[in-house]
This record gives sequence, C-alpha cells and structure tokens, in this order.
Amino acid sequence: MRFLIILNLALLLGLTPAHAKLTVLACEPEWASLVAELGGAQVSVSSATHARQDPHHIEARPSLLAQARRADLLVCTGAELEAGWLPLLQRESGNPAIQVGTPGYFEAAAFVTLLDKPQPGQHLAGHVHTAGNPHLHLNPHNLVPIARALSQRLQQLDPTQAAFYREKGTDFLARWQAAISKWEQQAAPLRGRNVVVQHGSLAYLLRWIGLQVVADLEPIPGVEPSVNHLTSLASSLRPGAAIAILRTPYQAARPAEWLASRSQIPVHVLPYTVGGNTAAKDLFGLFDSSLRVLTAP
Amino acid sequence: MSTLSYSACRPRSGQRPSTLLLALSTAMASSLCIAPALAGGHTITPEVSFTLQALYADMAAGERHISGFLPEGHAHGCNPEKLCLDHSEFGLAANLTPTLRASGSVIFVDAEDKGEVEELWLQQVGVLPGVSLKAGRFLSELGYANSQHPHARDFVGSSLMNSVLSGSHLIHDGVQMKWLAPTERFVEVNAELAKKSDNSPKAWSLGAHLGDDLGTSHAWRAGLTYLHAKPVNRAGHVDDSNEVEAHTTFTGTSKTWVADVLWKWAPDGNSKERHLKLQAEYFHRTQDGQLTCEDNRADNGACTGTTSAFRSKQSGGYAQAVYQFMPRWQVGVRYERLDSGTLDFSLPIELAAYKPSRHSVMLNFSPSEMSNLRLQYNRDTSMQGAPDDQWLLQYVQSFGAHGAHRF
Repeated sequence: MRFLIILNLALLLGLTPAHAKLTVLACEPEWASLVAELGGAQVSVSSATHARQDPHHIEARPSLLAQARRADLLVCTGAELEAGWLPLLQRESGNPAIQVGTPGYFEAAAFVTLLDKPQPGQHLAGHVHTAGNPHLHLNPHNLVPIARALSQRLQQLDPTQAAFYREKGTDFLARWQAAISKWEQQAAPLRGRNVVVQHGSLAYLLRWIGLQVVADLEPIPGVEPSVNHLTSLASSLRPGAAIAILRTPYQAARPAEWLASRSQIPVHVLPYTVGGNTAAKDLFGLFDSSLRVLTAP
Repeated sequence: MSTLSYSACRPRSGQRPSTLLLALSTAMASSLCIAPALAGGHTITPEVSFTLQALYADMAAGERHISGFLPEGHAHGCNPEKLCLDHSEFGLAANLTPTLRASGSVIFVDAEDKGEVEELWLQQVGVLPGVSLKAGRFLSELGYANSQHPHARDFVGSSLMNSVLSGSHLIHDGVQMKWLAPTERFVEVNAELAKKSDNSPKAWSLGAHLGDDLGTSHAWRAGLTYLHAKPVNRAGHVDDSNEVEAHTTFTGTSKTWVADVLWKWAPDGNSKERHLKLQAEYFHRTQDGQLTCEDNRADNGACTGTTSAFRSKQSGGYAQAVYQFMPRWQVGVRYERLDSGTLDFSLPIELAAYKPSRHSVMLNFSPSEMSNLRLQYNRDTSMQGAPDDQWLLQYVQSFGAHGAHRF
C-alpha cells in the first residue's frame, strides 16, 4: 500500500522515463496492427481483444482496466461495436486521457461511411447498430482515411516524434495502395458469386469484392441461429446456390457445419481480423489470407 | 450522435411533476440543458433506460425474517403468491464533459406503490491520475454484489448476507473516491464517506481489490472492504418473549469486514457461447451500543421501553456458481449460511442463537440481449422453525440505452 502511494506520487511528479514510448491500447487486433504499422518502435501497443473473441461480447475485466489505466491512446472501432464494455472500461480506468472527446480516444468509424445504416423510423429488430455496420475494417479502402487520421493523432500526442510518424504513415499508405490493387485483381473472379453468411461481420469485405449474400444464419441480426431458421435455409438452399458458407473464428462452428452437411455448400472460415488464422499476422496478411480462402478451389 | 432535442429542455406547460420520477427527470433534463455550455460546445447525449422487473413468488404467507439477526436497512419485497413489478427501474445518465458524468435512477417499490431515488450522482474521472470522485447518492462498493443493480444479479432477490448487512443493498449519500494503480496487475483502492447511509447518519469505508487474467480463459478479482458505521436509533422489529411484535432501536458502532472473490472462465476468453462464473462473499461484523425495545405493553407485549447494552459478533456469507452451457441458457446454484454468533443484551426479545441458511437453484433463459426469464427454487431455512420451499419466476426486460454491466 505504501509502495503504491509512493509509486503514484512519483507519477504525479512526472518522474517517468524521459523518452517514454506512447502506450496504446487497441480495442481490436486490426487497430493494434495499424498502430504498429504507423508507430513502429515509438509505440507500445496491445489489443484488448483477440480474433477468437466476439468484439460485441467483452467484459471490462480487471486486466483490461489495468491496461486502460496506463494507456496514452485508445484506438477503437466505435459505431456502437464496443457499446457493451468500452464506456465502462473508460470510466472505471480512472484515466482522463482516454475519455470520449479527448485526443487520447480515437474512433475509426468517424472517418468512413458506414454500411447498412438503418433508415429513420425503421423498426430495429434484434441487435442492430443504429450507427450502421461497425465491422468496417474489412474494406481495405476504409483503412486509408483511418490510417491518415491515426497518423495525425500520433503526431499530435507525441509531437517530438512527429516526423517519424509522418514518414511511417506515408510508407504504409504506399504499400497499402499497392496491395489493394493486387487484391482487387485476385478478387475479380469472385464478383457476382453468392455466399451464405452469419451476422453482418463480413459485409464490408463482401461488398468490396462484389459477393452477394443469399442467406444469413441469424434469423435477426444478433439473434443466434435457431433450429427453425436453419431447417428452412437447408430446405431452400440447393447445392450450388452459393459458393460457400462463411463464418468468422469467433462464431460457433456447429450451425454453419450443420447447414453445410444438408446443403452440400462448403464452409470457409475467414480470419475476420489479425490473428484469425496463422497467415493473418498483420493487416496485409489478413487480406492475403481472406482472398486465399475465398478463391480456394 | 444524436443531439438533445429542444422539447426535452423546455418545461412543458400544463404538466406538473407530480411524482418523484417526474421531478427527477425534470431536474436531470434541466441540468442537461445547461450542460452544453459547460462542455464547451459538446453535444450531450442523454442515455435513458427503463428496466421492467416482474416477479411471481410462491412462498409461505406472512412476513419472514432472518433469525438471530436484527433487521437492518431498507428491504423491498414481493408479497407471496402475487405478481409484482418489484424493483423496476428508470434511469437517466449523460456525460456532461469528457470526464464528468451524471447518473440517476428511480426504482419502483411495488409493495409501497411509490418511487424511490436509488442513485443520483456526479462522477469526475481523473481528478488525479487514476482517481475518480463520485458524489451524491450511490451504491456502496462494499464487497461485490452490493454495487450490482438488482436486474444484473444472477439470482432473484438479495443474498442473506446483503439482507442482514443493509436490508437489500447499502446506499450512501456522500462521496466516493476510487484509485486505480498504474500497475500491470489490477489494483484498486476505494474509500467512501457517507453523511447518510441507510439508517446510519455517519459511515465510512475503505476497500481494496486485486484482479488479473490467468491465461486466455480465466479472469479473477478479489478484495477486502472495511465498513465503519455509527447508527443512531436504527429501527428494527422483532418478536418479543410474549410473541408480540416489538420495535427496537439501536445506537452504537458497527464494524464490518467483507471479503469477496470472483472467478470467471470462458473458453479462449469468448463468453458468448459458454462461460462459468464463481462468486463468493464473506462478512464479519461486530456491533457495540445500546438497544432499546419500545413499550408494547398495550398490545400485551413484554417490552417496557428499557434500554440495554448490546454487543454482537456475527458472520456469514454465500458461494454461488452460474454456468452458461449454451447461448441464452444459464443454470446456477447458490449456498448461503450465516452465524448469529455471540449476542449480549438483556431485553425480553426473541433473538436467539441460530445459523440461518438457504439453498437455491436457478435456470435462466434470455430470449434476447435485453431480456431474461428466470425460474428459481429456494430451500429457505433462514427463519428458525419455519423452513420454506419457494418458487420464484422473474422476468426482466430492459428498454433504451442500457449501460454495460460490470465484471
């Protein structure tokens, strides 16, 4: 206890290392990867969640609070994706630097146009995000304005390293644009083909590639696949009605596999985010691997 | 981000805030309207929530009490064999600035057919690094379950321990300070100072919690809290030696230690499919002061209005496990046991040594993220000589902005 008080006093008096790295906490692995690309050795970044966790269903558990307490910057998706845990994480951390409305809180959704925004007056069944679909990192074009804004934010928070962040940002965007051209060539044969999905988790990826969604395992967004709904899908989907049933690593395998066995349509597990499979080690690997899975014979 | 509509700020003509609820919402709304100026141009998004809680209880008729313990604090209850809207809640909250939050809630106590302000506070985050300050009326951080809202609890009703310590949960009118250490491991210290705390005009508490992950599938939190209260004329009612209801008042000092431990498991940290939650709390309390039994001779009672020295050393606790075996379905078991310990007084009231206990099992189904349907069975032996088999059916439905639940 006395040790902790001394430690806190030391921090109050600014007795921290002179050239401290910027401590960044990302809500999801894709943003941790982007921060690592843009901040390099000047940042120390960790992710609050990993690819096998559903980003909607996280708890502000003690270890996350301890991380949020020490963060200089919090990088999240926003658009209500983290509504079930992030407000609590920010508040309970006691850290004024990362609250909504401060430079230490970066919300990616603020820099892109969201898909599937409900119309005014539309009845909201199930778990619909009123701000629009928040799984926005799966369109690589969205990463361009987000990377620009995030690089500026790093420069703002750590002005002594501004030139370094600018250079890293320019380098990343050049590599990213080149990669997008390559991915779009690879994805061209997929345009117009049909897929079955579970939840809107992959909507941005599919819209970018031009894949058509013919069925959703969830009867209503956010509601678990039910036996009734799966049975009706199984009877309506003929073999060849879709090239694949797609799911993410955090979604249960059973519903998709059950439907696959009835409909003869194969299941593909897309990495969804960085760490979602062994090949998706960073953002580049995420899209490389996603296209490899989708174009697999 | 939606902005606050003008109509919510303007007093509506011909509408008088006749109830506490309206008074509160009017007060909150008017404070929200001046907030944009405080926030320097930020738009304020009020979070309005409503939680409907309906309970059907099939239990023995008549009032039940926990034998060996003086009743304490405020208890809300549903009458047996009756459907009631027990502890339904209306809440309003908003961030006034990035670091200043206001929150209030009113609960509806069915038995008394009125609303009651449960919480009404302002919280400033980061007064000093890691330090948050809350002022107003709030749920005390005593242990774990005390600060949980009733609709967030895993079982219907309060634990015997929380009933004995505060009626249902301890609410302070005062200030609370929390400090989270800048360490790798979660270390949180909290201190509370209340000018009014249930029936005590003065109380303070000091607590600390530690917590961490173990691998990717396990997380835990454990802590110890000390509560020091100075009740003045704290009212209770017990049967006297003639089995007539007698009213007592206690004035003195109450010192309580509460230890709490929480352990959660979810495969790979993904709690959506399956998860297990283990929770236990234990308290030890000493009370030292004067107990008065009001004159009830008019009702053929045995009390003559005399005051006696009163000393007690009591303890107890509970342990529970809740397992989600598939999405939307949870089962739980809970075991509770108290010990009336030592009781020293000389008044003609029924307060004999007893070890109250209760066993509960429950099954919970969540039709949606915003609703729960819970069936619970209690084998309740908390009242000496009157064991009871209780069936409870609870339905909880939330509307509107629903704040995240704590770990």
